Amino acid sequence: MEIPKIVGAGLIVIGAGLGIGKIGGSAMDAIARQPEASGKIQTAMLIAAALIEGIGFAALFAG
Amino acid sequence: MHTKIQNFLTVLVVLFSMNMFAQEHGHENHNTAEHGEKLSIRDEIKAEIKHHLQDNHDFHIVGDLSIPLPIILWDNGLHLFMSSKFEEGHAVVEDNGSYYKIAHENGHIYKTDASGTIHLNDHGFPSNEQPLDFSITKTVVMIMLTGLLMFLLFGGLAKSYVKNGGVGKGAGRFFEPIVLFIRDEIAIPNIGKKHYKKYMSFLLTIFFFIWFVNLFGLTPLGVNVTGNIAITSALAILTYLITTFTAKKDYWKHIFWMPGVPVPMKFILAPIELLGTFIKPFALTMRLYANMFAGHIVLMSIIGLIFIYKSWIGGPLSFGLAFGLSILELLVAALQAYIFTVLSALYFGSAVEEHDEH
Repeated sequence: MEIPKIVGAGLIVIGAGLGIGKIGGSAMDAIARQPEASGKIQTAMLIAAALIEGIGFAALFAG
Repeated sequence: MHTKIQNFLTVLVVLFSMNMFAQEHGHENHNTAEHGEKLSIRDEIKAEIKHHLQDNHDFHIVGDLSIPLPIILWDNGLHLFMSSKFEEGHAVVEDNGSYYKIAHENGHIYKTDASGTIHLNDHGFPSNEQPLDFSITKTVVMIMLTGLLMFLLFGGLAKSYVKNGGVGKGAGRFFEPIVLFIRDEIAIPNIGKKHYKKYMSFLLTIFFFIWFVNLFGLTPLGVNVTGNIAITSALAILTYLITTFTAKKDYWKHIFWMPGVPVPMKFILAPIELLGTFIKPFALTMRLYANMFAGHIVLMSIIGLIFIYKSWIGGPLSFGLAFGLSILELLVAALQAYIFTVLSALYFGSAVEEHDEH
């Protein structure tokens, strides 16, 4: 595998990681504020994380 | 003292350990490559992983035992024969005057001449002519088995509900919360109380199909159904077709002539929104495909590490890592099924929602 491919893969992982990490962080803040809503927040977090991961994987496979 | 949970966990542990031993047995056979030289162990492992992840024309169970599957080709006429004639990819099969051979590079069937020459193009892939391949491959067998299982399981469940007057017994008690979850948390919030019933059968089917097929992929049978982009794209195309053909006027209005936006913007938004309708199912396929495919590759590579590190420390460590990853793959199997269902429900909801504001 050539260097640009590896660097590109690393960038994709950084992007996806940052995005999902931010979502996870705000989800945890929200759950800490309102523990009763944790079910809904968890659901929303999973959906958002899956969408981001979807693009990440698609890019990884295209590269 | 064996509670049910302890039994269940024991079965899980045994199943996952069996997975690794199955890989090991299959590995020992190809010590010398087809071209006669001895490959390095890394190349062997790569070839073995590729063999497991590809779709095969015979059902390879353990070691030398494999079930041949029927091959159905359409090439100016129907050709029907068993895959045992290929003799694991070494022989050229002659059927009604044309010759066929399985290429080692990607396991597909190509049309060749009597001596079985395969011309490679610049990228190393065969460039012979390919007949239309409708064979019953390993993946197809697995899909049929899963379909049969779901049919029997849910048919039996429905009958037991009728017999017991609306109370679940046995397996019903396990599946009832899941079905209710799909109805109350996925279908109704996204599609709305008015229209959700039309889509429930599709959502339930998709959820349980993807979940069961992913689970089968984790067993020692070594079938990788959803790690095949044809399968996942077929599921996503179904979602797209249902969205398109049951959409209401508001849906098309929102795509082509978005209300509440100045006219020049409407012209800019229309092609983007139209592209969006294609990209959403595409993302569905890529997400499921990449998750399952990558998961399998990583798992098998770690198991392959056991053979590279032939030591007393490296072996068990890799085994432990592979075991932990298998547990994670269990979660991913269910999660991917859930995500596919949720997103499909979201798209259906946007297709049938009707609002009177804007």
